[in-house]
Amino acid sequence: MANITEKLSKLFPQATIEGENTPVMTVPAAQWHDVARTLRDNVELKFDYLVTIVGMDWTENLGCIYYLMSTDADIIIGVKVLAEGERSMPVLPSVADLWNVAVTYEREVYDFFGIVFLNNPDMRRLFLNIDWKGFPLRKDYDEDPALNPVSTESERQTDFTDVYTRSDDGKIVKTPRRIFEKEEFVVNIGPQHPATHGVLRFRTAVDGETIKKIDVYCGYIHRGIEKLCETLTYPQTLHFMDRMDYFSAQNYHHALCMLYEKAAGIEISRRAQVIRVMMDELSRIASHCLFIGTYCMDLGATTMLFYTLRVREQILDIMEKTCGARMTFNYDCIGGVMQDLAPDFQDDVKALLKVLPANLKEYNDIFTGNVIARNRLEGVGHLTREDAISYGITGPSGRASGWACDMRKLQPYSIYPELDFEEVVMTEGDSMARFKCRMKEIEESAKILEQLVDNIPDGEYCVKVPKMLKLPAGSWFQVTEGCRGAFGIYLESDGSTKPYRLKLATPCLPQACVVDHITRGQKIADLITIGGSLDYIVPDIDR
Amino acid sequence: MEVTTKSMPYEAWKDNEYIEKLVKELQESGTNVVVGSLDKLINWGRSNSIWPLTFATSCCGIEFVSLGAARFDMARFGWEVARSSPRQADFMMVAGTIVHRMVPVFRRLYDQLAEPKYVIACGSCAISGGPFRKSYHVAKGIEDIVPVDVFVPGCPPRPEAMIYGIMQLSRKIKVEKFFGGVNRQEKQKEFLAAHPIEGVED
Amino acid sequence: MQDFSLITSWIDNSLRSLMPGWLTVTVECLLIGVGLLLVYSLLALFYIYYERKLCAAFQCRLGPNRVGPFGLLQSFADMFKMLIKEIIHLDHIDRFLFGLAPYLVIAASVMAFAVLPWGNGLQVIDFNIGIFFLIAVSSIGVLGILLAGWSSNNKFTLIGSLRSGAQMVSYELSIGLSVLTMVCLAGTMSVGGIVAEQENLWFIFKGHIPAIIAFVIYMIAGTAETNRGPFDLPEAESELTAGYHTEYSGIHFGFFYLAEYLNLFVVSGVAALLFFGGWMPLHFPGWDAFNHIMDYIPSVVWFLGKAFVLSFIIIWFKWTFPRLRIDQLLALEWKYLLPINLVNLVLMVLIIVFNWHF
Repeated sequence: MANITEKLSKLFPQATIEGENTPVMTVPAAQWHDVARTLRDNVELKFDYLVTIVGMDWTENLGCIYYLMSTDADIIIGVKVLAEGERSMPVLPSVADLWNVAVTYEREVYDFFGIVFLNNPDMRRLFLNIDWKGFPLRKDYDEDPALNPVSTESERQTDFTDVYTRSDDGKIVKTPRRIFEKEEFVVNIGPQHPATHGVLRFRTAVDGETIKKIDVYCGYIHRGIEKLCETLTYPQTLHFMDRMDYFSAQNYHHALCMLYEKAAGIEISRRAQVIRVMMDELSRIASHCLFIGTYCMDLGATTMLFYTLRVREQILDIMEKTCGARMTFNYDCIGGVMQDLAPDFQDDVKALLKVLPANLKEYNDIFTGNVIARNRLEGVGHLTREDAISYGITGPSGRASGWACDMRKLQPYSIYPELDFEEVVMTEGDSMARFKCRMKEIEESAKILEQLVDNIPDGEYCVKVPKMLKLPAGSWFQVTEGCRGAFGIYLESDGSTKPYRLKLATPCLPQACVVDHITRGQKIADLITIGGSLDYIVPDIDR
Repeated sequence: MEVTTKSMPYEAWKDNEYIEKLVKELQESGTNVVVGSLDKLINWGRSNSIWPLTFATSCCGIEFVSLGAARFDMARFGWEVARSSPRQADFMMVAGTIVHRMVPVFRRLYDQLAEPKYVIACGSCAISGGPFRKSYHVAKGIEDIVPVDVFVPGCPPRPEAMIYGIMQLSRKIKVEKFFGGVNRQEKQKEFLAAHPIEGVED
Repeated sequence: MQDFSLITSWIDNSLRSLMPGWLTVTVECLLIGVGLLLVYSLLALFYIYYERKLCAAFQCRLGPNRVGPFGLLQSFADMFKMLIKEIIHLDHIDRFLFGLAPYLVIAASVMAFAVLPWGNGLQVIDFNIGIFFLIAVSSIGVLGILLAGWSSNNKFTLIGSLRSGAQMVSYELSIGLSVLTMVCLAGTMSVGGIVAEQENLWFIFKGHIPAIIAFVIYMIAGTAETNRGPFDLPEAESELTAGYHTEYSGIHFGFFYLAEYLNLFVVSGVAALLFFGGWMPLHFPGWDAFNHIMDYIPSVVWFLGKAFVLSFIIIWFKWTFPRLRIDQLLALEWKYLLPINLVNLVLMVLIIVFNWHF
């Protein structure tokens, strides 16, 4: 780590660098675009993956922290940039030309903090209505419901977006840009549509059956979790993790608990660690099973859903016996887990592992080998490795494109380094690869479970933690692996019992935004194939 | 008048008082609840064939999928014909949070449903906003947006609870009257008059 | 073997003795019309139940079992509800065409009913170009679907109906050619004639290889013709919400819903007629005792049984296979089925000319 700090300070002598685990470098806004280019293109550093952009409001000024990762060296750094200009119109240079995913992340920051990014080709709000008043994540946001009432009036629909540029005399100029031409045949797919897996909306320009362009609208289930977290104590914030990506409930819970424990310096018992990892892997199997089922249903093979749900129900039974719930478990807590394992947990897991191979074989027989399925999936929605990195597509979808992005391997946490499992990486990058990748991950997760099921150590399942947990002032960033990809959490604490800022960088947002890129020129039916194979969960996109 | 359900004893229902009160209210308001045989036939048809609209926003939607799967199998009751087009559905299971941006869409979906239409508020988010009640972007319950027939609490409700909820809806349909004073529709009209869509005139 | 023509001619004679000829014809037409509609609706309701139960069995579920014994009354309940459901009146649509479309669709399948050989002597009309008539009327259905999609003024329905237009026009060819293959073998276009030809042996055995090829092609094309999975693109749920009938509600939607199931019956009925002898019991030349036993089973049971078994296969397709994409669907027809069909026709003619069939 000292190595990277040295390198950075040599390259950017004007920047200040602090932090140990994840160094954070502060650069002035005027230089940011050049620094970013160097960070991405420098042969030694090569920070080609933009993990997230954390918008911040430090009350006296606004700004962003960009988290970058080098896919070769597995190093994460943060770059802190303060916005220029008045609070009414703070500006930052856009890095959308360097990382494709930045277009979306910058829109998100604009939506929440009102920071305008110069030269971003699409500076609209991302989650909130275009006529929303105020920027909700600013500390001085007026939450008066009269300002933004619940309205049954349809939202204003426009075919234009704004681009902000700086003119030669230093003024900020706003120019409208057309998204859809007047004569284009635009079909509105969603928000209520069976194929969008929730309430996502695609405005799709089609030419016959061929897709010309897609404009993604999110926010139909934006629940403001990040803002809510700022009003709750640390243990209270945990339960939101169940309700974002509800299939990765255990994994997200695990991630946030780990971050709090790291911040508070709490050491948890090995028993709790093992239980957490087992629960993570169980939910991964359940999640991928449901993916296979719903995906096949989208493609018309309805019966598969019922076969995969059979396995999922079995896993839910195991979880229910221990956690007491079918979906929102709220099982991991700061210091360990809520309750001890159910007495027959080990037998149940063994029974599951016994039936799993036969079930997987059945799925392969019914679907993977089917000639229609192969015609529908193979070569459809091709995503190259470079694009996957640039668009920030992590998880099984990214690994199907040849990018080894499993955070369990890259940023090892908990007991994963001790476990023997393989990272499934495929090179085809099409829908079939994404499908198969998840199939194989089920096998790998089963492998992890097999290693652990007989080796659950004795000990306490939860260490004593003060009821009103206070974290020291400071900031932490951590990336873990959910069922759908890299889940990053940024936490800033001011020393009180509530987080000052909690940013949840979920894997599904970039996945929804890449749809436009990989569906161009494909058929309408392929939109379903591609969207399904990316496997995004809409509440995880919108939070 | 007892509202009976096949292979379910009357005492097994937890809230018979409510349906008895409903029947009593109807009788007091002059509606003849002891309905004619044609009404009975129609109500038999309606109460036994409630097709859901595939509509889900979040976690509860997944439990709704489980409800259709082999373990809970809502097909036993004839509810499995989930229609994607609101014109052909009978009820809307509001499974999940309704946020500001979704409200106009949601209301439009409700308006697109063909009469007789019913709404089940499923899960605490749909009932009151649930854990997100204090958020800046969440509607505090769907009761202000559309008239609701049945509330199913839970976060998310278990599939069993959903079955119970839909069966309750089926019971409510059984005491409806098709000819003459239509009790439900009048309430609905009152509601719609009190909650007009801004910018749209009927 | 029972002959239903005895009953029908008795009714005809007794009516003729009571009233003048023109009135007899009118009364008989009315009777047949009422009878057909009754059979039509009952069959449709049965088919809905049949599919729901079958689908449940494939998916390890129970299926409807609460309404009536074994859930038998489930589809009746659905029908009652659909009859009194609101029909939504839309603005900015072509009202006449919008109203006409469901009736066109239903008329196509009712007319196809007229020539199906229900049993020995139980057929509404048996004329010399029966099978030709059947193909002609069943293609009226596509008109209804096109109109439905076009007049709804909705982008989803428009895409759905255009897909269905392309699909049905293409697959009509395959159906036509495989029917033609069998007509060559039968030497007649009359439905009664085709059935009579199979008295000794069903065509699927008699015509062996080309007949089996024609059967497979007919089943594929027939599934496509009825818009059922894996060819259900016009109403692909996950792509186009409900396809061409998205905007229809109440009984208008009910018509589309019933017609879908009835087309399934018509397609399997025609397959039964062409390949499995219609109402003709299973006969093998030389096996007299066997043939005699088979004759005890009523001809109506034979016909319905064959149709149900063939529909079972089509339903099985639907719940197993994923959906094709529109370009793959058309490629399948034009690049594979059509050439195979043409070669098969030549093969059949050769077999007939050289008398190589059984």
